[in-house]
Order: sequence, then C-alpha cells, then structure tokens
Amino acid sequence: MTEELLRLDEVRKHFGLSGAPWRAAQTVKAVDGVSLVVRKGETVGLVGESGSGKSTLARVATRLLDPTSGRVQIGGKDVTKLRGRRLRPTRRTVQMVFQDPQASLNPRQSVGTILSTPFRAQGTRPTRAQLIELLEKVGLSAEHLERYPHEFSGGQRQRIGIARALAVSPELLICDEPVSALDVSVQAQVLNLLADLRDELGLSYVVVAHDLAVVRQVASRVAVMYLGTIVEEGPADQVYAAPAHPYTKALLSAVPMPEPGVTRDRIVLTGDVPTPISPPSGCPFRTRCYKAEDICATDRPVLEIINGQTEHRAACYFPEPPPPERK
Amino acid sequence: MSSSVAGVVSPTRQALRRVRRDRSARFGLVLVVVLIVVAAASPLLVKLSGQDAFTYHIDLLDPVRGNAPRGSFGGVSAEHWFGVEPLTGRDLFSIVVLGLRTSLVIAIVVTLVTTVIGTLLGITAAYVGGWFDAVLSRFLDFLFGFPQLVFMIALGIIVPTSVPRPLLLIGVLSFFGWAGLARLIRAQARSLVTREFVEAARSVGSSGWWVITRELLPNLLGPVLVIATLAIPGYIGAEAALSFLGVGVPPPTPSLGRSISDSIVWVYTGTDPWFMVFPGIALFTAVLGFTLLGDGVRDAFDVRLRRTH
Repeated sequence: MTEELLRLDEVRKHFGLSGAPWRAAQTVKAVDGVSLVVRKGETVGLVGESGSGKSTLARVATRLLDPTSGRVQIGGKDVTKLRGRRLRPTRRTVQMVFQDPQASLNPRQSVGTILSTPFRAQGTRPTRAQLIELLEKVGLSAEHLERYPHEFSGGQRQRIGIARALAVSPELLICDEPVSALDVSVQAQVLNLLADLRDELGLSYVVVAHDLAVVRQVASRVAVMYLGTIVEEGPADQVYAAPAHPYTKALLSAVPMPEPGVTRDRIVLTGDVPTPISPPSGCPFRTRCYKAEDICATDRPVLEIINGQTEHRAACYFPEPPPPERK
Repeated sequence: MSSSVAGVVSPTRQALRRVRRDRSARFGLVLVVVLIVVAAASPLLVKLSGQDAFTYHIDLLDPVRGNAPRGSFGGVSAEHWFGVEPLTGRDLFSIVVLGLRTSLVIAIVVTLVTTVIGTLLGITAAYVGGWFDAVLSRFLDFLFGFPQLVFMIALGIIVPTSVPRPLLLIGVLSFFGWAGLARLIRAQARSLVTREFVEAARSVGSSGWWVITRELLPNLLGPVLVIATLAIPGYIGAEAALSFLGVGVPPPTPSLGRSISDSIVWVYTGTDPWFMVFPGIALFTAVLGFTLLGDGVRDAFDVRLRRTH
C-alpha cells in the first residue's frame, strides 16, 4: 500500500456560538465525524453544497483549525495536538491553496514578498532564482516578481497562490475551491496547471469543490459531504457511474448533460439543508431523502462497502443499485 | 505598458504621492517643516537674537501702565523681535520659539508612543481575540469613560515636583491617548484577520508576530498615519490647555499655553494685547499645519476620494 500523506480519524469540529448568557450555548457541528485517507499520488475530490463542512474539514486537515475531537495524521505523524512553532515541519508536507485569490494575497505585498514568506517562516531566505523558478513552475515569469496583486487577473493571482503553496515543496496540496472564484474560461487553465504539477512534481491533492464537473476532471477518488459527514466515498468513475447514496444521485442528476437532446431523470430535492446546530437524528439526509424510512430517523448509517466494490462506500440503509449497463 | 510602470509603486507610496499633489496638504507640510526646523533650531535662534528666555528687563517696562512694555507692538525692537513679556520684561521671541519646541516635542513624543502602543495592541486584540481581546476592550471602555481632564489636573497637583513635568505630561497624555487609536485599529484589523491572506500566512507556518507586523500592519498603515498626523494638533492643544490651566510645564520653562494663559489679563485690560498675539500665532500655526497635513494624508488614503490618474 502506498504511503499515507493524510489520515483523518473521526474528526469533529464544533464551533461554539456565544449568545446572551441566559440562553443555552449552541454549537455548530461543522464537521461531525469524518474519516478520510489520502495516499501519495491520489487526487481526492471533496464535494458538497455550501455549509456541508468541506472548507472546515480542509482547514482542520491543514491544522489551521484545531479539531474538537478526532485525530489528524500528516505524513504518518500525529499532529492533532501540535500547535504554532512545532507545526512548522508539518507545513512542509501539506500546503493549502485558497478559494479567493483576491483575498488570499496580501494587497500590500509584492509577489516577491508573498513568495518569500513561506521560506522565511521556515527560517530560510530565498534567492531571487528560487522565486523566479517558483513563478515559472506556475506559468509566470521573472518580470512579475516586483508587481502587486492588483495588477494581475484572477487566474494569474491563483497561480501566485499556487506558487506560494509550492514554495516549501509540499507533497500534498489541499485546494479549497481553487477555481470557483474564477471565470469559466480560466478555470480549465488552472485545473490543467494543477494536473501538470501533479505529473511534474508527484503532488497529491485534496480538491474541495461544489462543482461536480470540476471534481470529475481532476479527481481519482471522490468523497461526498453532507452536513459535516461523508455520505459516499469511492473511485471517481464508480461514484459518477453508479452513485449509491440518494444524495449523490440527486447531485449528479443536477449536472447539465453536455450532449444536446439527451435528458435524464432529474431528482429534485425539496427543502433546505438542515441547520448544523441541530442536525436531524439518525441519517443527516433523511429529511430530504426520497427513500427515507423509520430506521433512518433512529440509527445513523455508517460508511459501508456497497455493490461488492472494495473501495466504494456509502452511508445509507437503502443504497441505489448500480444502473444497468448502457449500450 | 505604462500602467505596469506606475503599478510597481507600492500603495503606500502612491498615497504619499497624492499628498504631494494636494495643495492644502502641501501648505500644511511646509508649515510643519518650518515649525519643526524653528523648534529644532530654537536654541540657535535664541542665541542669534542675542537674548535668552530668563533675563528680566525691568527697564523696558512702563510702571505707569502696570509694567506693560514700553513702545508699540508690545515693545518690539531690534533687540527684542517679538517684544518683551509684561511684568518681567523677558524676551518674548525666545519664549515663543522655546515654547514651540516644548509643545512640539511633547506632542510628537506622545503621538509616537500612543501610535505604537495603540496600533500594536489594537492589531493584537483583533488577531488573538478571545480573553485578550475581551480584557483589552473593557479596559478601553474604562479609559473612554474616565474623566481624563479632571484626572490630569489632579495628577498635576499631586505629583511631587521632583518628577519632571514634561515627562509627567507625556506619560499622562500617552496613558489616555492610545485608547481611541487602539479601538479604531482593532475594528479595522478585525475585518482584515478574516481575509484569506492571514490564513495563508499561518498555513505556511508564519509566527503571530510576523502576521501582525508584516501581513496586517502594512494594510493598516493608512489609517494609522492619518490618525497619528491628526492626533498631533490635538496633543499640541492638550499640552497648551494643561499649561494654560497651570498644571502643565512649570515656569520658568517657556510654554505657549502658559504664556497665553498669562496674557489673558493683559488682553482683557487692553494694556498689552501683543503678549497674546505672538504665542497665539505660533500655536495656531502649529495646529493648522499639522491639521492640514493630516487632512491631506487622510484624503490620500481614502479610496472614496481617490481620483483616477
């Protein structure tokens, strides 16, 4: 088995909501018991709608946030309890690419300063050649070194964000919605860049996205999140071809078909995502599920192997059967 | 590409460039520079005028008019450029330039101290949050609610004279002065710390000090500069007010505030209004210069007023 770069065990992240002192304290269960393994060479797509906890999970995995409970292992080392200075070696293994390149680059720093920050944080000073090499890796050049973020287009800014993440030569990049803030025409360029870097540098990725098409393009494995839990996980082709969880099936049915004239049965979900302050009992999806029965309200389903596939797992009592072979 | 050439200049430098283009700010800057030069060279100027601020010239006073200076314009002459002080006959030019130095030194030192403390604590509170933020915010509320002037007057009376007054003034004004800046900077920094570039800096392993000084501070330099330049005239006024009330710089150290205070009765009786005019103009110019400059700095950093060029 190949090397595990990231391993999350039953990770929970609850945020306390402070209100008036006479009210009961509330907690938002942003991530509620997620286990996930990322191995070397893999690209894991983490999909889910807004508020499903995918960005929070990404921040726990990079240890920007402390998990409420559970365990985070990076490069085979338990880093759950590490903080501050002692996390620095870990930072060299896992780096993060942020969603909004406008917000993730300091507007008062030149590109050169932005790119040298990771080096300084690790206690070294980069040479100009190192910085230029970084820029060239992401398709920019030496002339961009002295410029400021506002002088770049969205796609170029995201390239700078990627270059910064690459500065410490990480093995795993966690990309939080890396293209959702970009124009559609630029999205493909950035995704291609990520793919090129994977081949060139042997990187692994966790790509957080709400866009299933984006994940389909890059991911080798997919995890679907709903209300802070993973409801389905498996190799990308299997999940896309034979979604087992009703939620995944509903999500996929909403993806527009590229061929004109081809239609599919759309499963329209009613209602909103329940509040993560008081998620439903049992299965978190049961309030919107078209297959829900009594057991779904009482017992929480766990991820189980389905359809006899060893890698494909879903947390559902009534998984969808695989579709008949299409001719 | 001409736009890229202009863009290489950092945003702060662009703002300072806008200050230079603003006519009233330029006028304020000239006033400020002149005043600072005068204050810095005041011992030299005093020596140049051949006088000092402490020698009594009783012969220049007119006992018939209650010891007001003889001659017009408060006794202006080739020896005494601004005339002499009534009642003592001390050289008013020396008193004004040395008093200006006292005022500017106190105001600038207090501004520096309060700016550094207020900025760092404000950013730290926003970045660290939690109990530190809660304690600091309550302390700021306390400082705001405190009757500062009464306290300063009381302190000026109680504290033994062995403590140098300028030092006491700097201490007291600084103690109350940083609160406003800290609160403003904290509010601004709070909106910044949620931006992703702070997370990005943390995710590469930057220390808290790095994030505060290198990531957050440069983004707050605009408001800090604006508040600081606008604070200087306030402290010049505050120092003058305290000296006016008799709890500032003690005699015989020259002080604009005390001279103005002393002059009231001479203006009131009409015997020597010039005693107020010279220190008054000096104080007015100082406050005006720093205020104009501060306004210019504020406009330059205010994106809403930014003109396209």
